[in-house]
Amino acid sequence: MRVLVTGASGLLGSEVARTLVRQGHEVTTFQRRPSGVDGALDILGSVTDDDDVRRAVDGAEGIIHLAAKVSFAGKAVDFQNVNVEGTRRLLERARAAGVQDTVFVSSPSVANSGSAIAGLGAEPADPQRAHGNYSRTKAEAELLALGFDAPGFRVAAIRPHIVWGPGDTQLVERVLARAGHNRLPLLDAGAALIDTTYVDNAASAIVAALHRMDHVHARSLVVTNGEPRPIGELLADICTAGGVQAPSWKVPGAVARTAGVVVEKLWTWAKRSEEPPMTRFLAEQLSTAHWFDQRETRRLLDWAPVVSLDEGLARLSDHYARTPYPKG
Amino acid sequence: MYGRRFGLERRDGGDRLVASSWPGVDPEWSRTIRVKSTSAVDSPGTTHRWHILDNGAQLARRGLTPAGTLLCVHGNPTWSYLWRTLVAAGSDPVHPWRVIAVDQLDMGYSERTGTFRRLQDRVNDLGDLSDALGLDGPVTTVGHDWGGVISLGWALAHPKQLAGVVLTNTAVNQPSGSSLPPALQLALHPAVHQWGTTTSDAFLRVTHSLAHPPLPTDVRRAYMAPYRGALRRSGVGNFVADIPVDEAHPSFSALQEIAQGLRSLSVPALMLWGPRDPIFSDRYLKDLVERMPHADVHRFEGAGHLVAEDRDIASPLFHWLSSRGGVAGTGSAGEDDPDFRPFWDSVEVLAGGTGSGETAVAEMGPDGKVSRSMSWQQLHRNILDLENGLREAGVARGTRVSLMVPPGVDLTVTLYACLRLGAVVVVADAGLGTKGLSRAVKGATPDFIIGIDKALAAASLFAWPGRRISVRDLPAGRRRMLRVETSLDALARKGGDSTGKPADHSDPDAPAAVLFTSGSTGPAKGVLYTHRQLTAMRDTVAGTFGIRAGSRLVAGFAPFALLGPALGAVSVTPDMDVTAPGTLTARALADAVAAIAATVVFAAPAALRNVVATADALDGSGREALNNVSMLLSAGAPVPEPLLARVQEVLPQASLHTPYGMTEALPVTDISFEQIQEAAAEAAAGSVPGAGNGVCVGTPVHGARLAVIPLDAEGRAPGSSPVTTPGVTGEILVSAPHVKESYDRLWLTQQQSVNPAGWHRTGDVGHFDAAGRLWVEGRLPHVVTAPATVVTPVGVEQAIERLDSVRLAAVVGVGPVGTQAVAAVVETVPPVRKAGPATQQLAGSVRRAARAVSVDVSAVLAVPAQPTDIRHNAKIDRTRLARWATRVLAGGRPGKP
Repeated sequence: MRVLVTGASGLLGSEVARTLVRQGHEVTTFQRRPSGVDGALDILGSVTDDDDVRRAVDGAEGIIHLAAKVSFAGKAVDFQNVNVEGTRRLLERARAAGVQDTVFVSSPSVANSGSAIAGLGAEPADPQRAHGNYSRTKAEAELLALGFDAPGFRVAAIRPHIVWGPGDTQLVERVLARAGHNRLPLLDAGAALIDTTYVDNAASAIVAALHRMDHVHARSLVVTNGEPRPIGELLADICTAGGVQAPSWKVPGAVARTAGVVVEKLWTWAKRSEEPPMTRFLAEQLSTAHWFDQRETRRLLDWAPVVSLDEGLARLSDHYARTPYPKG
Repeated sequence: MYGRRFGLERRDGGDRLVASSWPGVDPEWSRTIRVKSTSAVDSPGTTHRWHILDNGAQLARRGLTPAGTLLCVHGNPTWSYLWRTLVAAGSDPVHPWRVIAVDQLDMGYSERTGTFRRLQDRVNDLGDLSDALGLDGPVTTVGHDWGGVISLGWALAHPKQLAGVVLTNTAVNQPSGSSLPPALQLALHPAVHQWGTTTSDAFLRVTHSLAHPPLPTDVRRAYMAPYRGALRRSGVGNFVADIPVDEAHPSFSALQEIAQGLRSLSVPALMLWGPRDPIFSDRYLKDLVERMPHADVHRFEGAGHLVAEDRDIASPLFHWLSSRGGVAGTGSAGEDDPDFRPFWDSVEVLAGGTGSGETAVAEMGPDGKVSRSMSWQQLHRNILDLENGLREAGVARGTRVSLMVPPGVDLTVTLYACLRLGAVVVVADAGLGTKGLSRAVKGATPDFIIGIDKALAAASLFAWPGRRISVRDLPAGRRRMLRVETSLDALARKGGDSTGKPADHSDPDAPAAVLFTSGSTGPAKGVLYTHRQLTAMRDTVAGTFGIRAGSRLVAGFAPFALLGPALGAVSVTPDMDVTAPGTLTARALADAVAAIAATVVFAAPAALRNVVATADALDGSGREALNNVSMLLSAGAPVPEPLLARVQEVLPQASLHTPYGMTEALPVTDISFEQIQEAAAEAAAGSVPGAGNGVCVGTPVHGARLAVIPLDAEGRAPGSSPVTTPGVTGEILVSAPHVKESYDRLWLTQQQSVNPAGWHRTGDVGHFDAAGRLWVEGRLPHVVTAPATVVTPVGVEQAIERLDSVRLAAVVGVGPVGTQAVAAVVETVPPVRKAGPATQQLAGSVRRAARAVSVDVSAVLAVPAQPTDIRHNAKIDRTRLARWATRVLAGGRPGKP
């Protein structure tokens, strides 16, 4: 199959592209920077540019759409342009170009209003209630993408939850950086159960979705390792793997959430480009449970994670043994 | 559930009838019918318009033939809406029944007649309606509140049609010596009545507020709908005014007639009760049960006056409709059985034998000497005297007598006297906790409470029902304050003087005792035993452990303490607080053993723990006495192997037995310390298929059979084919002559427990090994349903407890059934100061220990102390722990578990 992977320069996107290449598919990638994936053809460009998108979708049979603006800070309009309008543009052009199947890579945060999630499935995306620019625009984009689903142009949404692995800048290195600067508090007692997804598992699930469109089109599925852990222990394990001292100071969750909102606003107002020390999104992620019912996901995708949490941590540790994380 | 937007709207006589806005009601059921009245209150030729819910037309349209008709009568101030779940269930094609729920005249959406209709009129009104409907097939009446009385009035007037009666919180009689419930007194008070019931909607609001949990807004609105405006509420006020408060009341004789008539009703009867009712409390249920002793009764603990709202009554009711007839009630007179040996037989025999002067029972004092004892002859005499005294005081066959006397000579004498009289002894112990004990006593509705001072004070404080008898004579002031009528001493003196009747050789199948479960999985349940089952328990203990006439035993464990005389064994109660087993010292045990040269010891695990802890204080003679003990029995909770090893050091010659059982069947299996060690070795070596994963409790006792019903992926045991396949985990079933007769006033629970027929479902889970031994893996409600696997708690907890840093572990499930996360809650050595997530290191080792037995643990939490039950101080309250873990792992503050 000829498959286009958008956003293949990131941790997950490149792993998806690599997985497809390994399976013998003809893989094209589309993003602003080279993907670095051996055996894939890079098309450089942006989803905000119509000509770039036309070029990218040309000749593709399937698309895995990962390109998105992922950040805790930034202007709303930028998120809207990339995540919502970029997705709309991509899907419109893809449909016109005769693409058959599209996997939209989403996030469980599209259905998360901030309360604890303990063993639920994929709840409907809700832009009204999703917190933060990223989640809101991803929610809008997911609804938009699934709205495209039709016979001959099938669309599915896969929501991997907290993807991490060696080389991950989103979670692992943020945690290590904050822990290294002693800026990573444990909220409440750090007992909230969090399920995460090792990058290889997320990639294989996304690729499985493309092969199981009969079963999964028009649906949203959350993907995780299925191994919830208390957040404190998880962060400590990541720190241990990265050779950094684990966090120890505690902040009540409610205080942190309030502080997060204020800091988020101030940061945006001050147009600081670096990440704020605490955002409401991060506070929620760190202080309430987020773990999911994986039974339907595994049945529909006919898929199971291959790399366990412990195996993932061991690989992370190996990675930092070879390329040590710079101590703060 | 039927939608609310059917849009059907009718105008009828100016009353808005909007069936579409009644959640749960199919508008098709709602109809009105004009009925000619023959009631005395109306002039001849009067007709009235009735509103009813009736699924008859719907069934006919669907071509379904109903099995019968339910005629449902609401009380005050509700309406036919109360019965919507029954109409819906009757419309189910699986068990079609025609269900007619009426709105009484002046109530609901029926006509406001402008008359004051009294009980007699209302019973007659219902007859007019059933005539107009042409109900001639078999009819089962269903009633609630004052509608219960009216439905019974109809039932008595229509014996030809009547097939059964179902009652929910109602009353037909104000038990003598008691007063009207305060809530009704208030509603009837002249200053309140008009305003409270009619002018305002206060009476409606108060009634609706009795629902537990509160009614949803739309349901409350539907209840209120036909009663908006004072003019529409006249029926509510009249209903209250028609309550016969005394003999002078115009409706008194009509009510009396119905109350008396019930005694002649022989049709099947079902009573579904919400005991949390400030109006129709348990004493009214007791009154009804006495009038209809054959009735099946289920008390929904925690439900209240509006039991039809609080609980699903439709499922048990339709289950009952389909199964009744096959179930015999208890208390029926049995055949004479020449082989039956009454519970007290050994006492009679030994009292008349050559050894009649030898000690039968003894009590130890704090000085290490026998403080009280009786020979067989004295024991027998005392029992007979008290029997006579109790008979004169009014205790008779079937009388419920609550015994709140600590184990010892007094309890033994009282128990045997009551059993000889055919009374039903109710044994609720302080181990249930104050709240649980109070709930148990109130639910069992004893006629008498015999208790020590502390128990009688509690009876006063918590308003427990029953006439009160103290153990010793009390000073007059104290007696008056506690409303104590007499004492056991006084009764025995009186009984000794009277000639009396010989012992009532009781019906073996009559109820003899109600014991209570510990309530570790929900409210404590009353367990009813017949005489035959009590004697079977005696014979099982004799047959399994070889205890018989001439055996000498120390009774340090309450349930077995009472068996001594029945077994013909000499028994001594050691000096300890029997309600707190942990107070038995090695010294006190040795003194008791020495006092009667005992060879057998009964003791709870908590008592053993203290005996071991205080063994250093033993002197040479104490050690020597304990050296003569040849058997120890410890039951009530699992006894850990290391503890047994230490007990063996204290009792070097004793064979240590830890029988397994439950309040409903005691004992079920037996195993000795040597056999436990053997089983553990075989489990470790893997030499016996199925050995391991749980506590090995050994093989069935004399006369018992065991099996399991396999678990499904949701942690239930829905099947009905018992198996004994090695390694197959399921709910443990037991069949034995000493298994309970039934749960007391828990008809539904009883039905569920006897499935398949002939077996008792224990609520425990476990499996057999290839050697036929049973391994207990935990309680059924505590099974954790992780994705793709069911985790039973005991095996993995044992694996975790093998870690040096863990003293006690409990594994609980967090999250939805079928996809739960496994949480291990550990009490560490040394204990943590505050509850919360375990350290990274501890979590790692707990997780590895669990993984070694194939269980993936998501979270490890450490607590300063596990919450345990009061009775045994050994069973971890997992329900509470699971709730706590759920909260903490969702991100809540840990606090205390």
